[in-house]
Amino acid sequence: MTSGPSQAPTSPTQPSIRRLVVRLLLMVTAAFAFGWAMVPFYDVLCKVTGLNGKTPGFQAGGLAGAAPAPSAIDRTRTVTVEFTGTVMPGLPWDMRPLTASLDLHPGELQQVKYLVRNTSDRTIVGQAIPSVSPGQAAQHFQKLDCFCFRQQTLAPGEAREMPLTFIVKPEIDRDIRQITLSYAFYNIEEPRREAR
Amino acid sequence: MDIATHHPAQHHAAHPTGVLRWLTTTNHKDIGTLYLSFALVMFFVGGLMILAVRAELFQPGLQLMQPDFFNQLIGVHALVMIFAALMPAATGFANWMIPLMIGAPDMALPRLNNWGFWLLPPAAFLLTLPFLLALFGIGSGAIDTGWTFYAPLSIQGGMGIDFAIFAVHLLGISSIMGSINIIATIFNLRAPGMTLMKMPLFAWGWLITAFLLIATIPVLAGAVTMLLTDRHFGTHFFQAAGGGDPILFQHLFWFFGHPEVYILLLPVWGLIPHILSAFSRKPIYGYKAQVWSFAAIGILSVIVWAHHFFTAGLPVPALIYFMFSTMSISLPLAVLFFCWIATMWRGAMSFETPMLFATGFIVLFGIAGLTGLILADVAADAQYHHSYFVVAHFHYALFAGGIMGVMAGVYYWLPKWTGRRYSETLGKWHFWLTVVSFNLTFMPQFFLGLAGMPRRIPDYALQFAEFNAISTVGAFILGVSQLLFAWNAIRCMGGKGQPAEARAWEGARGLEWELPSPPPHHTWEIQPEVK
Repeated sequence: MTSGPSQAPTSPTQPSIRRLVVRLLLMVTAAFAFGWAMVPFYDVLCKVTGLNGKTPGFQAGGLAGAAPAPSAIDRTRTVTVEFTGTVMPGLPWDMRPLTASLDLHPGELQQVKYLVRNTSDRTIVGQAIPSVSPGQAAQHFQKLDCFCFRQQTLAPGEAREMPLTFIVKPEIDRDIRQITLSYAFYNIEEPRREAR
Repeated sequence: MDIATHHPAQHHAAHPTGVLRWLTTTNHKDIGTLYLSFALVMFFVGGLMILAVRAELFQPGLQLMQPDFFNQLIGVHALVMIFAALMPAATGFANWMIPLMIGAPDMALPRLNNWGFWLLPPAAFLLTLPFLLALFGIGSGAIDTGWTFYAPLSIQGGMGIDFAIFAVHLLGISSIMGSINIIATIFNLRAPGMTLMKMPLFAWGWLITAFLLIATIPVLAGAVTMLLTDRHFGTHFFQAAGGGDPILFQHLFWFFGHPEVYILLLPVWGLIPHILSAFSRKPIYGYKAQVWSFAAIGILSVIVWAHHFFTAGLPVPALIYFMFSTMSISLPLAVLFFCWIATMWRGAMSFETPMLFATGFIVLFGIAGLTGLILADVAADAQYHHSYFVVAHFHYALFAGGIMGVMAGVYYWLPKWTGRRYSETLGKWHFWLTVVSFNLTFMPQFFLGLAGMPRRIPDYALQFAEFNAISTVGAFILGVSQLLFAWNAIRCMGGKGQPAEARAWEGARGLEWELPSPPPHHTWEIQPEVK
């Protein structure tokens, strides 16, 4: 490379371009890293605020940090909990809650059951993913035991009642009078696909 | 970093000719021409796709195609128009005009520039290849999720989605290289005396755009990479069954997707004031206000993304935040509109084709802005979301605000680029046909959306038949009218038409008009002094 004849940009231009390009490339890297950092950040944000309707007990093994039956039952008010469920495409199962709706006092220990049936002629492993609506209620919806804590295996044609034991904590906002708990049941072919 | 060490104006005495010249060129004018020609070709490719869609929608029922092919057409139409037509057109303008306007001999990183362009044709090929493969029975066709790649639909789809993911990677790399080049050029190669606040508004618009690209394209690249690993490597970023969250994809996508709107529009907002000033024979009104508005819009654009999925179930405080932050963008935008109108105010106006397009742009883009305010309203959006109202809104923004602005710029600078005057008669025909048929196409879509017609469906209820028929007729007139534009531009490129003088428009200001038309292959080797 030879230096050009009477060209305009003065000599300090070159190193300054190089410095600038390095900085800009760093910005690109930072933006890329920011995108990936959003994944754990989003997870933490949802855990803290319950924004995406995930309940605190929703962890493999269950009971994570769950205080057992609190002493105080708030009998001054009633909360209605509605139960629903969806079987996702690819899972030939039927599911329905045996209790469609339940009136309870915050702090009361309750148990409900879902009836789940494998309508196919093969053994299938499924995983239920819960979601609580409104999202603000999620962090006060405490599951003590849930069929969603484990993967469920159903033999061909097998039907099973799957239990859920829970408490709506008394700390729940007084404005929330109705909570909907919804399950989405997924086909889990590989056993390693476990819910976090 | 080898590239940076080469002298920008370094060139060999003997240029390769023919295809090799275009493959190896590092000249900003050549590369600008490549970008603009590529954009024009892809504009027609994307246009043909959507004409097929409009033909299907001419009547209710399925006449021409099955829903899966329909879904592929709408998704690829959007990706082609955004990434392969409008963005390359804007980069073509940057390549041609920024060095001429700021008195630089070339772009700061000429070889990177060449590479940036030549990534585009393979990317466009990747995007459309699945169509051809499907003809031979390989795969199920191109991406069929719409351009937004929403998970979990995109996790389940066929290999067209993988092709689109890789195409987006390539297009993203190309845009980032283009942006780095533009920033390096603007920061280092301005003519002596040209401070940042004396720089032409077009360069300012592109400077903000380039920073937005650098901040957001990598996030999109990350998001589609996560999608790829979810599809093939057993990760669960967006799979609820494995503890992931599909809504996360929407956040990541729109963190890129909303600034992308301004990435497409800021270069146009930069060039429109030059045209208004030239044909009003007045200086640009409110230069500083416009610069600060560009910057404000650039910053606001990255903090408003969630208004694209108000109905996905966000908590109320988030809804309120995103509603008000989105609406606040209308303040700097109103400043821009005010400055544009004030530039024309009491000017000695004449309406040659660039001015027709620029004024048409103001009116139609204003409709885009006002309907955007309606969509930004959380309460109202529940009705309009995913309806044809949204389709009409963003076509007013991106066709009238984007493509018509680009066309204004093409007509304005075509005499400079080619040294020839385009046919003013054809240009005026092109404008009036475009503006009438554009409204004929998209105005009925507002009414369709209000009446409840959802977007992205190949069939619809009978009650929507009339407006859809009108819209289809408009779309075909609109499509055919663009042939006038292509013919007019190609005629000039072929050396036909009246020769243009250096200052092709009597009211035009700026360094680019000091150069002959067409400018020699190398310009501003001695940089001008700006006082």
